[in-house]
Parts: sequence; structure tokens; C-alpha cells
Amino acid sequence: MEQKKEALLEIHDLSVSFRMYEEQGLRQSNLQVISDLHLTVYPGEIVAVAGSSGSGKSLLASAILGILPDNAAVGGHMHYKGQELTAAWQKRLRGTEIALVPQSVAFLDPLMRVGAQADGHRRPRPVRKRKSLFHRLGLPEETEQLYPFQLSGGMARRVLVSTALLADAQLVIADEPTPGMSLPQALEALRLFREMADEGKAVLLITHDIDLAVEFADRVAVFYAGTTVETALAGDFKKGPDSLRHPYSRALWRALPQNGFSPIPGFQPYAQNLPAGCLFAPRCPHKTAQCTTQAPPVRKVRGGEVRCYGA
Amino acid sequence: MKKQNRRTMAVLLTVIMAGILLSVYALGIFIPDEAAAGSFLNAGKSPSWEHPFGTDALGRDLLMRTLKGLSISMTIGFFASAISAVIAALVGIAAAATSRGVDAFVNWLIDLVMGVPHTVLVILISFAMGRGFWGLLIGIAATHWCSLARLIRGEVLQLRSQQYVAISGKLGKSGGWILFHHLLPHLVPQFIVGLILMFPHAILHEASISFLGFGLAPEQPAIGIILAESMRYLSAGMWWSAVLPGVVLVLIVFLTDQLGEQLRMILDPYSAQE
Amino acid sequence: MALEARNVFFRYHKEQPWILEDCTLKVERGERLALFAPSGCGKTSLALLLAGYRRPEKGQILLEERPLPTKGVCPVQMIFQHPEKAINPRWRLKRVLEESGTLREDVLDAFGIEQAWLERFPRELSGGELQRFCVARALLCGADYLICDEISTMLDVITQAQIWSVVLKEAEKRNMGIIAITHNERLAERIATRVVDLTKR
Repeated sequence: MEQKKEALLEIHDLSVSFRMYEEQGLRQSNLQVISDLHLTVYPGEIVAVAGSSGSGKSLLASAILGILPDNAAVGGHMHYKGQELTAAWQKRLRGTEIALVPQSVAFLDPLMRVGAQADGHRRPRPVRKRKSLFHRLGLPEETEQLYPFQLSGGMARRVLVSTALLADAQLVIADEPTPGMSLPQALEALRLFREMADEGKAVLLITHDIDLAVEFADRVAVFYAGTTVETALAGDFKKGPDSLRHPYSRALWRALPQNGFSPIPGFQPYAQNLPAGCLFAPRCPHKTAQCTTQAPPVRKVRGGEVRCYGA
Repeated sequence: MKKQNRRTMAVLLTVIMAGILLSVYALGIFIPDEAAAGSFLNAGKSPSWEHPFGTDALGRDLLMRTLKGLSISMTIGFFASAISAVIAALVGIAAAATSRGVDAFVNWLIDLVMGVPHTVLVILISFAMGRGFWGLLIGIAATHWCSLARLIRGEVLQLRSQQYVAISGKLGKSGGWILFHHLLPHLVPQFIVGLILMFPHAILHEASISFLGFGLAPEQPAIGIILAESMRYLSAGMWWSAVLPGVVLVLIVFLTDQLGEQLRMILDPYSAQE
Repeated sequence: MALEARNVFFRYHKEQPWILEDCTLKVERGERLALFAPSGCGKTSLALLLAGYRRPEKGQILLEERPLPTKGVCPVQMIFQHPEKAINPRWRLKRVLEESGTLREDVLDAFGIEQAWLERFPRELSGGELQRFCVARALLCGADYLICDEISTMLDVITQAQIWSVVLKEAEKRNMGIIAITHNERLAERIATRVVDLTKR
């Protein structure tokens, strides 16, 4: 692969914590929601981010864009095109070079027709391109005249996808773009992302629909409890659990409705009381004494990266 | 001193401000009437160590009079805004939680009350009720509930559209049960903050109506009365008789307003993590 | 023994076009129906009608040949897509369960609910954990029918499988009727005894 070329986005040891007041108290405590996170996105690829709900996937998107709330503290390094990503630069990049497909309809301006909203501030307005995007995503012609409250969840997500694609950004961060869409619509949306990546841009695709994502993505980053436990090639997910490196990734694969639908027991640990060693150890069937005391470092295994002593 | 976090600061400020307000109120109550009694030997003295606020044309100590006046104003202010806030809560909830007809009527009533200038309406009601303490109290209580009622109505409407409220109904809970368990707990912070922010308004209105002569009787040492009397002697150079009581009134109003703002910061879930 | 929508018409405002037009659907007890349809064609509206949250403009919603009861505990319970909206954010989770009847500690295990969660507030739990409470609440009140509107769309696949295994097990035990709305064909095949595609009607 062309992994030798310069990374578009490189994230090292990222940590995000929130200063929170304790319930009905005056003391503040720190809530570590993302820790030791590594992720690299190269031009021309789609990196899918899969993993448990509440593992910090959306917070990662906010951290990259610099839109975390004020009580959040960010540590570690983020580089965009080889340069340290500063707050001032993030502000200039977002909406132009880095675009977001937000998770919720609440991100649309409720008082603006969605057509005008998708065009944004660009002049002349990219009407032709917008119409063709709406058409490809199966949005009827009249949609552009509607206000956000008149859209169903799936329609709103398709408008959000079009909006981000119209921004003509180098990097699109799509946070759960497909829920509410029918299968053909979701496939079309992912196809649009693929075309974008093929033009040399990049997409960070945060999703729970792993089975769809791996059809279009190049690599898959698997998140658990605020960190990346594995970065695998998309092909590994298609091949099945034996090609995967981390027990959590294998558990994800097995829980898919088409692959057995069998869940592993247990829950993701809380940010307040993370285990001392490997974050997955409490649920891991293969854990050793070492796993419970010391967090495993990132290792390269079979062309992917993994945090597991057993891989 | 270690830098405190914002919520601790807010709580400290709230306690300090509440303490100042309470002590002003208590001072006014416990100062004996003789302390504010007149003596022609002292008439028209400018501020000194003996009389920090000076004395008026009748030789009464103005600091004592101001404190006594403030506690009367605060009593009226407190009861008037408490009654007003209760009216606001009842009206707001009735509008949002009963029928459309009630809602339309309440909205019309709010528009009506808010459409008439406050001062005029307070004067009319106070006058019709025979002026004095009760007239003023009823006048202020009857005019200050509108904006809080609107706020509470909006809040209840918004809460009623919440999924968990609808689900509660399907779990067999009655309207009253939902009101007490789901809606009211959400309204308590709004209610308390609304009540405290109403307080400075009520005091100012009390003072201005008394100043105009439609409120408390001239023999009561209310702030409005003190200010009205001082007007007659301003041209004689007795600036202190108007300025110092006026400044204290503004300070008290400012303190209560800040108290409300700090409380809102503590209670409001949206700014709670700031 | 069935829950059915008989020729229902529905729209939110009189001036607007119908969202549901002459829609008929029937689910027997013990049957698990997956409703499959593209977005914007009224699935959620149909769910709200069947669970009694809205009334049809024309047509009827019938439970065992009688209209749905409007008072008391509704035998048709609905579980929503976003559990964080379906739970009062100021309540400890214990209270959430108590709202639907006496909290029986022995059943918590069956729903995959940890004892320690009961004393927490909703914002301290993840979506998947909250959704368990919504499922438990709907089942604890003794419902005969369950309407599941995309209940696992926002959850990861492991949590999805955990939640559905609870729902399916309880449904089996109590011979409940289930209507599940989903976009995921694979999930539909997995959980349902019958798949209905609303577009082909």
C-alpha cells in the first residue's frame, strides 16, 4: 500500500478528560474519557472507527475539530499534514479543510431551508453539485425547500452528508452517518465517501455498522473504553475472527447478526474506575496476570496494530 | 489562598450576600424606635462619625432611618415576590397542563397585565386597596408574576413533550402523579431563581410608589418616604439626605440581583459544569 | 389474541399529506414481526399509533378486537431509539424501574442490570446500559406486546446482541407479541418470525 506517504492526520497519545462536579457536591474530579489513543489517516483512504457505544468515538471527532466543551482538557499530539494542530489552526480548518457529518439533526439551523444550508457560504452557490448529491442519496427534488423539522431522521442524515461533501474538504469526519437510512441509501452514502477518498482525500468514518463499513473502508480502528485496541485492514474483518488480532475485535465480529449474534458478557468499564492493566482484561477470556497489572503497549502484528499481549 | 473552583465561589458568594441582606434586615428590626427619633439640636447635620449618614431636617439620624426603612421595604419586597412567584407557578402550570382555553385565557391575562405600565398598575391597585402596607403588598404581588408565569408555562410545555413523561402515562401514572414526580422537581430551580430575581424589582417598585406618595404612610420610615422628604431640602444643600439612602437602596437591589444570578449558576443544569 | 392496525390514516397536521394511508398490520401473541422500510415513510408514526401515543385520524388500533385502553398500564409498551430521552435525567435509575412496578431484584440479572447501576444517575451510564433499563421497565409492567423502534441502532453490535437476547428470551417466556422496526436486514432476519416490508404495499 501507499502507507509510506505523508499522513494527513496523525494522532499520538491523545487523552481527553473532563473536569466534572460530583453529583450535588462542590468537589471536582477528572473524568478520563480518552487515553493513549493512536490513529493515523492517510490521503486516499477511509478509516472506519468501530467499537463500543460510549468509547469516546464522537469525542475524538470533537477533539480533532477543536469543539470540545470548555471543561475538557486535551493531552497528547495531533498533527495535520505534518504540523502540530493548534486551536487557532483548527478554527481555520473546520468547515473548509476538515468537515464534519454530525450525529444529530440538531446541528442543522432550524430556521433555514436545507438546500440553502447545504450550499453554505460558497458563492456562486454549488447548486448543480448539490442537486446531484441530493439525487444520488435519494432525496426528492422538493427536499431543498424543506426546513429541518420536516425531515425524518434518515433524510436529515442524508442532508448532513451532502453538506459535508459540498464543503470539498480534505478530510471528512462522519459521525454515525447511516442510521435511519435504508440499505441502498446507506450504500450510496458510503460510495460517495469512497469516491471522495479515491480523489486523494480522506474520510474518518465513525460507525456501528461494521459490516457495511468494511465494504468501503481501507482500515478499521477498533475503540474500547476510550482507546484504540486494534487497527486492522478492512479485509481482516471480511475474512473473519481468525484474522483479527484483539479479542474485543473478534467479539465484535461474532456479535454481528449474520455471524452468530452471540454477545460476550460484561460491560465496558467506567471512566471513573478504569482497570489498572488492559482495559479489556475484565471481560477477556484469555487474560493473564500481566494483563491485569500492566497496560499492553501498541505492537505491530500482521500488518495491523494491536494492544494485546496475547496477539 | 488556593484558587477555588467556580461552584465553590458561587456558593461562598451566595452565603456572603445572603448574610449581608439578612443582617441589614435584622438591624432594621432590632434598632429601637428611639434611635431614629428626632431632636432639633441635631437638625440638618452633615455626615460625621456620630451620624455617618447625617441627620434630616427634623434631626433624625438618617443611617438608623435608612436601616429601618430598608427592613420595611424588604419585608414588603419579600412577601410580595413570594406571593407573586406562587401565583406565577400556579398560573403557569395551569396554562400549560390543563386545557387550551385556560392557556388562551392566561396568555391574554399576561398580555393585559404586561401591557399596562407597572408603576401605573401598582399605584391603581395600591390606591384601590387603601394604600399603606397592605395596599402596596397586594399591588406589587398582583403585578410581578407575569414573566415568571410565562417562563414556567414554557418549561412545563417543554417537559410535557418529553418522551419520559409520555412513557410515564403509558405505565399507568395519572396526570397528578406525573406533575408531582416528573414536572415539579424540574421547576423548583426556576421557581427559586425567579423568586429571588423578582425581589429587587419589588423593592424598587415599593420605593418608587412610596416616593410618589401612593404607598406607605409618611410616618413610616420607608426608603421611598425618606427620599421624598429629602427632595424638599435638597436646595438647602442637604445632599446627604438623598444620596446616601439612595446609594444603599441601589446596593441592596444589586446584591439581591447578584444573589439570584449566583443561585442560577448553581442550580441551572446548563451552566452547572462551567 | 392480536394487536392490529385496521385501515389507519394518520398525519400530524390537517394540511399535510398522509404519513400513513390505509395501513393495516396485525401481530399475534408469540409472533415477532420485523418492520422494514426506508426512512420517512411513517414507521415511527405507526409505532406511536400502535402503542397508543397518538391516535389515528381514521381507522382503528385494536387490541384483542377492542380499542386500546387509554387509562391504566397499557398492555402495549414501546421502547424508543434514544434511551437517554426516555428516562428522566434527574432520577436515580432505581426510581426508573420502580415507576413500572415493584422493583424485583431477582429479575435484574435477567436484564443484564448490575446492582451498582441502580444508585446512579442516567448521565453516568452509557446508551446501551440505559436501554437495558428501558427494556426492563417495559417488561416489568407486564406488557403483552412490545414495540421496538430501532432500539439498537445507536448501540454497538455487542450491546445490540446483549439487548436483543434479553428481549427475545423474555418474549418467549411470556408469549409476547413483538414489532421491531429496523433498517438492518440481517438483524430483522435474526430476530423476527415474519418480516414485513412497508414499501411494498
